[in-house]
Amino acid sequence: MSLGADSTTPLVLVEDVHTYYGKSHILHGVTLQVAPGEVVGLLGRNGVGKSTTLKTIMGLVQPSHGSVLLDGNAITGLPPHKLARLGIGYVPEDRRIFRLLTVMENLRTGLDRHGVSEERKQALLDKAFKYFPRLAERRNQAGGTLSGGEQQMLAIARAMMLEPKIILLDEPTEGLMPRMVSQIREIIDVLHQEGVAILLVEQNVPLTLDASQRVYIMEKGAVRHHCAASEINVNDPVIKQYLGV
Amino acid sequence: MDTVVHFFRDIPLDLLLIQTVNGIVTGLILALIASGLTLIFGIMDVVNFAHGELFMLGAYVGILVIATTGNFWLALVFSSLIVAILGAIIQIATLRPLLGRDPLNTILATFGLSLILQNYALWQFGPISRKIDEPITAHFQLFYLEYPWYRMLMAFLSAAIIGALYAFLKYGKFGIWIRATTQDRVMAQAMGIPVPWVHTLVFALGAGMAAASGVLFAPMVGVNHTMGLDWVLKAFIVVVVGGMGNLGGSIAAAIFVSLLESYASIWVNPSQAVIVSFVVLILTLLFRPTGLFVPTPK
Repeated sequence: MSLGADSTTPLVLVEDVHTYYGKSHILHGVTLQVAPGEVVGLLGRNGVGKSTTLKTIMGLVQPSHGSVLLDGNAITGLPPHKLARLGIGYVPEDRRIFRLLTVMENLRTGLDRHGVSEERKQALLDKAFKYFPRLAERRNQAGGTLSGGEQQMLAIARAMMLEPKIILLDEPTEGLMPRMVSQIREIIDVLHQEGVAILLVEQNVPLTLDASQRVYIMEKGAVRHHCAASEINVNDPVIKQYLGV
Repeated sequence: MDTVVHFFRDIPLDLLLIQTVNGIVTGLILALIASGLTLIFGIMDVVNFAHGELFMLGAYVGILVIATTGNFWLALVFSSLIVAILGAIIQIATLRPLLGRDPLNTILATFGLSLILQNYALWQFGPISRKIDEPITAHFQLFYLEYPWYRMLMAFLSAAIIGALYAFLKYGKFGIWIRATTQDRVMAQAMGIPVPWVHTLVFALGAGMAAASGVLFAPMVGVNHTMGLDWVLKAFIVVVVGGMGNLGGSIAAAIFVSLLESYASIWVNPSQAVIVSFVVLILTLLFRPTGLFVPTPK
């Protein structure tokens, strides 16, 4: 069982993180890491704390104990907007498109950063529109009028505008048609080839095992198992134990 | 049936037109005050009870600028700027630390602020009303009335400032940031938008607009430490009728309510006509609590 990235500093390191929502203890000491450019899957049943782990990395919930490091620097307690600027992109479970903003304006929320040249902005937009031609067609349409799959694409494209080092992808294929699912699968590969790390939370086990290099399996707010994605398959007893219905 | 027909036929057309002009003029001024209020509510979930005091402070700063420069227009510009800066300081000092707390906290904070500002004005300027002279004293003939040009100009400037606000929100980086933050504060932060500063900017904008309306409106009423109360009460009604946090709705509601009041004062005296606003408010809350001028929620 290898940790994957041994010699280099991990891009994101989550160490013994405990998180509470009010009085309920959600994360009981989560430890995981993502190497630069690595795709890591985070599996587990509903309610085991996968989304909360992503929210904790993004600074949307503050851990009561433990730390989160980005490139070896502690980022625990920093506000989310600073983390976004430091290179963490977030694609939440419910997509959270700005419904009244047009597709273009949604993208500009991540694009209008200090020190990004007009050429760079255009290049980023061109790239997004190349991978998601539907968004180019609908660039002046309000985000709320898009279909579920298009909203998912917009949510991913919007995060790409930040030129992140890592994207936290929360259940990107949930509720999508099979055709859309394979498109999401492709974009994960594209991002991987570009050297963007991904922490992928998914219910779709085959897709996660296929897309990731390593997987962590969570239960009751903690990581119970982790291994290279190639070491296990869908019928593995571990999968049955932690994910079987 | 006949009596109803007679009742309406007996209203002279010129009176009706005069009241329409009056209603629109007052409506636009009210819209200027209400848009600051609704903007702040929409983005920060803060019901700003100190809005009337920012309006009042705007008028007083205007008086001070006129006293030194003698120029009304300079007073309008500087008062808006100074009160906007003051608004930013107030937001950073009192509201930013309360972000994410129970709304009751911000209500108490802004209510406290309103008392402080009111009593500060009373202490500094005394209880006697002061007056700002109209920068334009010319009149024009509106049927049998000598109608002041200044009122028309005031309405025009209110509309222009609201138009500028719309353009600011519609185009450009800050407009997108503000609208994104209004729709989803958490996701806006996750996209790198510095939400705490967006809040400060919006509060400063709202304060500046309140100050501008204070200066613009000062020639029509006396300037004293309680001048904010009446107008802000009306602005609150308009914001609720228009749909809390909905800018377009507030503007439409401001004109709608003012027109109704204007028409009502054909039959009753203006101080009784105010009742119309409350009737509209109560009916709205009973039958369409999300606001009159917003699309039906799905």
